[in-house]
Amino acid sequence: MSTGYIIAGIAVMALVTYLVRVLPMVIFRKKITNVRVKSFLYYVPYAVLSAMTFPAIFSSTGTLPSSVAGCTTAVVLAYFKKGLLTVAVGAAAAVFLVQMLGF
Amino acid sequence: MGILRENVKRGRILPMKKQEFLEGVRDGLPICLGYFSVSMAFGLTAVLSGIPVWAAVLISLTNLTSAGQFAGMNLIAASGALVEIGLTTLIINIRYFLMSISVSQKVERKMTMKERLAVSFGITDEIFAVSMQRDHELTTAYMAGLILTPVIGWTGGTLVGAVATSLMPPVLSNAFGIALYGMFIAIIIPPAREHKNVLFAVVLAIAASAACKYLPVIKNLSSGWTIILITVVVCLIAAWLFPVEESEGE
Repeated sequence: MSTGYIIAGIAVMALVTYLVRVLPMVIFRKKITNVRVKSFLYYVPYAVLSAMTFPAIFSSTGTLPSSVAGCTTAVVLAYFKKGLLTVAVGAAAAVFLVQMLGF
Repeated sequence: MGILRENVKRGRILPMKKQEFLEGVRDGLPICLGYFSVSMAFGLTAVLSGIPVWAAVLISLTNLTSAGQFAGMNLIAASGALVEIGLTTLIINIRYFLMSISVSQKVERKMTMKERLAVSFGITDEIFAVSMQRDHELTTAYMAGLILTPVIGWTGGTLVGAVATSLMPPVLSNAFGIALYGMFIAIIIPPAREHKNVLFAVVLAIAASAACKYLPVIKNLSSGWTIILITVVVCLIAAWLFPVEESEGE
């Protein structure tokens, strides 16, 4: 992993991300009316985040029991509409406790 | 008018721009705090994956995304092809396209092109959500405050997390390894609870993701391509079965 490669990789990420954000602000002045396109875009965050989180979350903490505890805690907290910070810290705390117990 | 200007000078009434900016900072503060802890986890994960500290900080400063830069960082750590990094970033961040359209409808009409170019940089899930809750049009000053605070939290947290990795006992870094996923769960679950169509997309994506991890042939695909594949298929099916009506879109 050379420094040049890392910088190129970061530049690609930054450029693509910025283009996605800036193009609509510059080009689109009217609302998208095509229901299919709108619907597709509407589902994107949920599909992406779900696919990224599961099953990867179960190998994110080093041990399975602790990741299951952390995941369960996160789902319960999120179900009761707790904020991002609460859910993230709650999940980490559950992992910490379970690992301190030796799992 | 004279009295107003006098009061402004004495600091009793803040000039409009400054007040808008401070309101933005105020609204951005909770996002900043949330970002700080999550980006600590990002910095930590990046360094554990073999990414240098400066690169982790540079990623956060230039990208300002959660899932997108997380996936991109993983690909860089795995020496992935630049095309793969670009495509993965595109497909994960394509949602900002829709958010940016909504923001473009709500910014003040006199906003210049330069200001539009600058404001675009800061459209994230949370900043978008807060800006859509504001009851009047979005000024440049307000957006500047609303974006600046989270940027500081996101970049600073990454630095702290990246530097702290070596000082942290493994049990603590293990615990923080789940924080980003926790944030994603916090974004997914509440709308999935309210809307059956979102729940459908979530369950389908999870099932597909699990299948891709364990099925022969497919499991050999890299995670970047798998996520692209799952997202496109799930969104096509969901959009075809449950087209979203006007009011539900945001």
